[in-house]
Amino acid sequence: MNLFIVNSSIGRKLVMSITGICLILFLTFHMSMNLVALISPKGYNLVCEFLGANWYALVATIFLALGFIIHMAYAFLLFLQNKKARGNNAYAVSAKPKEVEWASQNMLVLGIVVAAFLLLHLYNFWAKMQLVELMHQLGVNVCGDALSKSADGAYHIAATFQDPIYVILYLVGLGALWFHLTHGFWSALQTIGFNNQLWFNRWKCIGTIYATIIVFGFAIVAIAYFVKSVCC
Amino acid sequence: MEKSINITLKVWRQKDAKAKGAFETYKLDGISTDTSFLEMLDILNEKLITERKEPIAFDHDCREGICGMCSLYINGHPHGPDEDVTTCQLHMRKFKDGETITVEPWRLAAFPVIKDLMVNRNAYDQIIQAGGYVSINTGGVPDANAIAIPKPIADEAMDAAACIGCGACAAACKNGSAMLFVSAKVSQLALLPQGKIEAAARAKAMVAKMDELGFGNCTNTRACEAECPKSISISHIARLNREFLCAKIKD
Amino acid sequence: MTTIDAKIPKGPLAEKWKEYKAHQKLVNPSNKRRLDIIVVGTGLAGASAAASLGEMGFNVLNFCIQDSPRRAHSIAAQGGINAAKNYPNDGDSVYRLFYDTIKGGDYRAREANVYRLAEVSNSIIDQCVAQGVPFAREYGGLLDNRSFGGAQVSRTFYAKGQTGQQLLLGAYSALSRQIKKGSVKMYSRYEMLDVVIIEGRARGIIARNLVTGKIERFFAHAVVIGTGGYGNAFFLSTNAMASNGSVAVQVYKKGAYFANPCYAQIHPTCIPVHGEFQSKLTLMSESLRNDGRIWVPKKKEDAEAIRAGKLKPTQIKEDDRDYYLERRYPAFGNLVPRDVASRAAKERCDAGFGVNATGLAVYLDFSEAINRLGKDVVAAKYGNLFQMYEKIVDENPYETPMMIYPAIHYTMGGIWVDYELQTSIPGLFAIGEANFSDHGANRLGASALMQGLADGYFVLPYTIQNYLADQIRVPRLSTDAPEFVAAEKEVNDKVKKLMSVQGKRSVDSIHKELGHVMWECVGMGRTKETLEKALARIKEIRKEFWSNVYIPGDGSLMNNELEKALRVADFIEIGNLMALDGLNREESCGGHFREEYQTEEGEALRKDDKFSYASCWKYAGEESDPELIKEVLDYEFIVRQQRNYKS
Repeated sequence: MNLFIVNSSIGRKLVMSITGICLILFLTFHMSMNLVALISPKGYNLVCEFLGANWYALVATIFLALGFIIHMAYAFLLFLQNKKARGNNAYAVSAKPKEVEWASQNMLVLGIVVAAFLLLHLYNFWAKMQLVELMHQLGVNVCGDALSKSADGAYHIAATFQDPIYVILYLVGLGALWFHLTHGFWSALQTIGFNNQLWFNRWKCIGTIYATIIVFGFAIVAIAYFVKSVCC
Repeated sequence: MEKSINITLKVWRQKDAKAKGAFETYKLDGISTDTSFLEMLDILNEKLITERKEPIAFDHDCREGICGMCSLYINGHPHGPDEDVTTCQLHMRKFKDGETITVEPWRLAAFPVIKDLMVNRNAYDQIIQAGGYVSINTGGVPDANAIAIPKPIADEAMDAAACIGCGACAAACKNGSAMLFVSAKVSQLALLPQGKIEAAARAKAMVAKMDELGFGNCTNTRACEAECPKSISISHIARLNREFLCAKIKD
Repeated sequence: MTTIDAKIPKGPLAEKWKEYKAHQKLVNPSNKRRLDIIVVGTGLAGASAAASLGEMGFNVLNFCIQDSPRRAHSIAAQGGINAAKNYPNDGDSVYRLFYDTIKGGDYRAREANVYRLAEVSNSIIDQCVAQGVPFAREYGGLLDNRSFGGAQVSRTFYAKGQTGQQLLLGAYSALSRQIKKGSVKMYSRYEMLDVVIIEGRARGIIARNLVTGKIERFFAHAVVIGTGGYGNAFFLSTNAMASNGSVAVQVYKKGAYFANPCYAQIHPTCIPVHGEFQSKLTLMSESLRNDGRIWVPKKKEDAEAIRAGKLKPTQIKEDDRDYYLERRYPAFGNLVPRDVASRAAKERCDAGFGVNATGLAVYLDFSEAINRLGKDVVAAKYGNLFQMYEKIVDENPYETPMMIYPAIHYTMGGIWVDYELQTSIPGLFAIGEANFSDHGANRLGASALMQGLADGYFVLPYTIQNYLADQIRVPRLSTDAPEFVAAEKEVNDKVKKLMSVQGKRSVDSIHKELGHVMWECVGMGRTKETLEKALARIKEIRKEFWSNVYIPGDGSLMNNELEKALRVADFIEIGNLMALDGLNREESCGGHFREEYQTEEGEALRKDDKFSYASCWKYAGEESDPELIKEVLDYEFIVRQQRNYKS
């Protein structure tokens, strides 16, 4: 089978496609979980507890992290290769045909924004939750207050989204994610060859709806908690 | 109806492959809108010759949109602003009076400039040589009607086979990818029973050659499809991906 | 006087080719590797020949003028390719295809060659399908056919309106396979400038690398010319810009005969000329005449109003339209052969019924077909042609009739070859449009593709062995041989001479002047006076060219103007030969219409008693007129008749 996932252009794209699909699935799960916080903070905390520093959650986290890292590393690899393929002279004038989506030509930039957003998000939540538990289990001395709140996801949501700056940052990040997904979704299917003339428009439509649902699901939680913090 | 326009041209001039090129500006007055773009360049060259200057070198041959020789990047579009045509079928009625038109060669690492607006597209020939054929010799083949092929399949193969190998797809692609070109041939032959036998080997060989020649990685921006003068669909790229991945997984 | 031997095998017509193959000499596989063959050109004939010879094991050097072998002008053929498959069960047969081709050529082709062509036509279709050429199919999955001019059966296979493209890409793919294998070495962006003759045999060529400008020498045991026709002598034609007749002139000057130069085909359905700056004419496939109806207004005042832009064609009532082909030729209607359709269009326009601002156009109308079949069916059949028309003319042919006018399209004349496709120089072969052999005085639609591929796939690969079998002891000769040195020097001198003129006129301006003379005097209707005038004018043009042409740049580097100049110098010679041949042929036949020789109804009047021969012109030096050698055409199997497409 050789190393076609490194050596061939289609193989490299397959890696982007598969990791991308995994990340989309993760987002779907994450978004569904967040919605619980809207209905019942208690229930949400139960899910958080379930996903604490347990072995299965840790394994999943490692895989997830790997997925992110590979997706990003390949993105840079492809970018560099493609830049080389373009040659040294850039076109003096270039125009975008109307069929070409803006997102499709800016996936790297959008990806970087999403990655920055991810770091922020990790700092806001993961560092205060799973990481704290993990450190505790490993025998690192953690402040008692932080430990007791590490499974209280609802508290962290409320704490983060009472700050309007975070809400705006999150919405910007989610916006970038939406653009990234609208192209990424059908592009991933196209790359694995799961496309044809008939399905092309279907996948595009499904992808846009799907991206919208995911991004909306995330955004509504942030907005709802912000509104709650303002009103109450 | 016929009218005439005045235009300013910014044309890429480059003495040879090694020289550093630059734009030169030319003014042309009274160009009939019924003139084709290449005829307009003929007029400009005629003018340059009377001024005892060297005319602009550009590739062109059949001038009816089928040989794939013409290759100009006009105002940011391969083959110019009109849709579904090659440069030779682009007419001046697509431009406004007083417009400045920028004319560049295909710019791609795999298509080095030879002179002015001419580029070397030998890479595409090499990709076909890697496997874009059915391995049969002349003679000793079955009767043409021995294998029936469903019309929709034959039609789809024909749509793929319409590729003229002009290079607009790779020239338009921000990634410098030749996937549309490669997929058109792989897809045409993979669809037909005659080509199915070698389909897996063909997909692998042609993709390997494409990668080796320094074309980029496809990111499905669809610029190729939008700029293709023969409207070849990226659904063929999906088929190529399928053929290639299945072949690799089977290995 | 030189005599001529076409080497036609003895025996009954249907047995000749089989007999030939049964008794010809062959080259064994180990010897094939030691023999080099140069093939110049990569069109249908050149590419198919190079690929087939490579497959057989010969060492092939293949040259093309474009950047890739896939761009040869065969690619522009639209309508289709004939074969005697009789799939539609409408009464076709090898004999009928043979007969139609001979008749279409106005009984000026060699019977044996044409029969062989019809015989191998079926194998071509099989071969192309096996290569993956996506021919049009019926819903049942089998191949579809349509009809073409000059035939009463449907025997034309097609791939949308891009048949030539698909066939060429098939041949190109076979060629690519051989290039990969190393049996064919491809030289693209090379132009042949001379043939090298050693001890009376063709042993190589001199070619110019068009990128570096360097002139190079190449040896081979045999040289095959597949460089197409010389229609661009008219400047405006449906040929590609680089199509030229230079190789024909080069070999003619080295002793090969140039046969029937005056037979040039004028295609009836081209987009009309629109201005002085026009660089080429675009063909609209003959297949359009399957469903399109050709007409001009019946009343002169209507035609005048249309020309003045006061009336639209759609406003002309049915009764006021003159469907002149249907009127004159009820049996074949709009599907008469090309020469007949072209002359009929010229006749109407000359009589003042032409349309377009210039008065030089007739209508090709699809409204009836659209009503009968629906727009979708018409679009499926001719969509790409309609799109092309709309892009060029800016009018929608679904709504308003197309305008068409005849234009130079194909040259039936060319390098003389015998039955083996060998020229009068041993070891020099000519195939496809470059030779003169199969179409007589007029070629039927969809027959050029057939001939090119027949020569390349199924004829030359056999006949060339009959020659090469005697050459197996000839080693690869050094290109330092004095003959190579001399040939290269000749070419260099010619280039230097051209570069040193430094006159005032561009190459194109002189080419256009030549084109005007050709179209006016050696075009659709010729007379003794116009042909004599042409000879005189061409003499002046030749003088003007060699004393006043201006070629910018450096002759030893890439130089497009120099390339054009070398070709125009040869077009002038061809123009001269065409006029000379036309003057000699005091009859009308096929594409050669002498106005003095026509029937009362204005049809071509042949003189079989005096002109039943192929005119072979032998070069006799710069100063004197060439010698005319006659290859008498014996019709053993067919009785010649006045061509009749009326009933």
